[in-house]
Amino acid sequence: MKRKEYTYTEKKDTRSGFGDGLLEIGRKNKNVVALCADLTGSLKMNAFKNEFPERFFQVGVAEANMIGIAAGLTIGGKIPFTGTFANFSTGRVYDQIRQSIAYSGKNVKICASHAGISLGEDGATHQILEDIGMMKMLPGMTVINPCDYNQTKTATIALSNHTGPAYLRFGRPKWPIFTDKNIEFIIGKAIKFIEGKDVSIFATGHMLWQALEAEKELFDLGISSEIINIHTIKPLDTKSILKSVSKTKCVVTCEEHNVIGGLGESIASILSEKLPCPIKLVGVKDSFGESGRPLELLDKYKLTPDSIKKAAISVIEKK
Amino acid sequence: MNKKLNVSELKVIASQVRRDIVRMVHNAQSGHPGGSLGCTDFFVTLFFNIMNRNKSFSMNGIGEDIFFLSNGHISPVFYSVLARSGYFKLDELNSFRKINSRLQGHPATHEGLPGIRIASGSLGQGLSVAIGAASSKKLNNDSNIVYALMGDGELQEGQVWEGFMYGANNNIDNLIVSIDYNGQQIDGPVNEINSLKNLKAKFKSFGWSVVESNGNNIKNLIEVLNHSKSLLKNGLPVVNIMKTVMGKGVDFMENSHKWHGISPNDEELSKALNQLKETLGDY
Repeated sequence: MKRKEYTYTEKKDTRSGFGDGLLEIGRKNKNVVALCADLTGSLKMNAFKNEFPERFFQVGVAEANMIGIAAGLTIGGKIPFTGTFANFSTGRVYDQIRQSIAYSGKNVKICASHAGISLGEDGATHQILEDIGMMKMLPGMTVINPCDYNQTKTATIALSNHTGPAYLRFGRPKWPIFTDKNIEFIIGKAIKFIEGKDVSIFATGHMLWQALEAEKELFDLGISSEIINIHTIKPLDTKSILKSVSKTKCVVTCEEHNVIGGLGESIASILSEKLPCPIKLVGVKDSFGESGRPLELLDKYKLTPDSIKKAAISVIEKK
Repeated sequence: MNKKLNVSELKVIASQVRRDIVRMVHNAQSGHPGGSLGCTDFFVTLFFNIMNRNKSFSMNGIGEDIFFLSNGHISPVFYSVLARSGYFKLDELNSFRKINSRLQGHPATHEGLPGIRIASGSLGQGLSVAIGAASSKKLNNDSNIVYALMGDGELQEGQVWEGFMYGANNNIDNLIVSIDYNGQQIDGPVNEINSLKNLKAKFKSFGWSVVESNGNNIKNLIEVLNHSKSLLKNGLPVVNIMKTVMGKGVDFMENSHKWHGISPNDEELSKALNQLKETLGDY
């Protein structure tokens, strides 16, 4: 089998994929409604707002109220998509999500931009690195972190056909578009980007591109990496993970999130029970972020192809 | 649609509901009798006179009035009134706060109890949910009304004021919110813990239509709630500051925050039941 090398011709922010997906489902399904807490431009919700003003709810800087209103809108059959920054979508309103959405089993889609460190200059108050952890701990919550513009758009569309609480996490920076826009997004189903035999590299969100870049360097060193995209952190595609690891016998996980509470922790937890093997978690090591340009920050916090490459070499040596 | 009962019929139900409350809390040896007894007349008036309800329960509540309880700890009165309205069998009141029950300590949809549309217990969230449900009704061209009840101590939660600000600014004119204004909270009188000061002026300044009622006078409640419905025509939501007596109907529980969240012992139970006439048969 010929190895595929991923390239890109265009960069676009993943939040634009959300905005464009939201507009598309708004046109298809009149029950889709959107709520925003004073960040309509940042969340790319203006097109939906302009085309469906009666289905758009501007709640102002009042995220708790937004979450409650969204829960209430489901009563009567609406499918609410809430939009604000990831920090204000999760940590600020955790109890509201827990009681009014998760425990109450409401069909609300919590859509969160500016996740992770790559939002850049705004600094640590806005750079949440704990949101995946908080959301995945809630019983019944689906957690999705797409990797590029196309995947964010298809994930948004897929969520309109999904029933139940969900958290959709995306980001601010312009990022390579390297996935095929025609790939169907199946919630909970991992996607194998590159077949390999020496190491399994599982990546979510922006970090999938970094993993694909690392794979090129590893390939030049004669190492065959299997690159798997875990866009759905919960429910986790355990079957695909175990299938890959039973072949490669070592693992690297990649995420723009604290290693405590993130994707790597979920995978390590499954492997420690079912298939113990060498594993390294590439992510933020239990720290807050800081101001800086996105690429500088990814570099400083070691969320780079080089970190993934070194982690891969290290786990292969431990086999 | 449900039959509208008159004042004397409502009083008959209220007496039985109060017995249910005291017996449920005693049976579980936990729960919140004070606020439940204080709001009994309101619940009975709302469910058996004011609201237009479909016979069977549906989560979406389309084509009927719906109700949200924000101060979920007064679940005993809610459960009793739901059972006495026919949403589930009276016998199930025995399971209140017991293991494997649909009657959780605080109301929940998780176990699928008919009549409950949202979990409540963590305070301050119900107004926002009611605003969302009222907005959903508007989108569905459903002209029915959304009712909500909140505690007065609960008004110390910040989210509540986000909701009050939003409700008037967005003309949620199919929503009537009542405040259980009994002046008591767990640690003592509301005025001493964190005073609400001039509550009426606060609500007016937020842009709501404000009415006041005696929450332990059924005749007055019917008048005020019907007046509230007519006020919705002004294009604004209505808030009803409803004075109640915590523990109403059981003399040794009345007006004391001590009975916010404790259960009566055997002796206290029989003393309470002696003051509450069994009108419709105990569950």
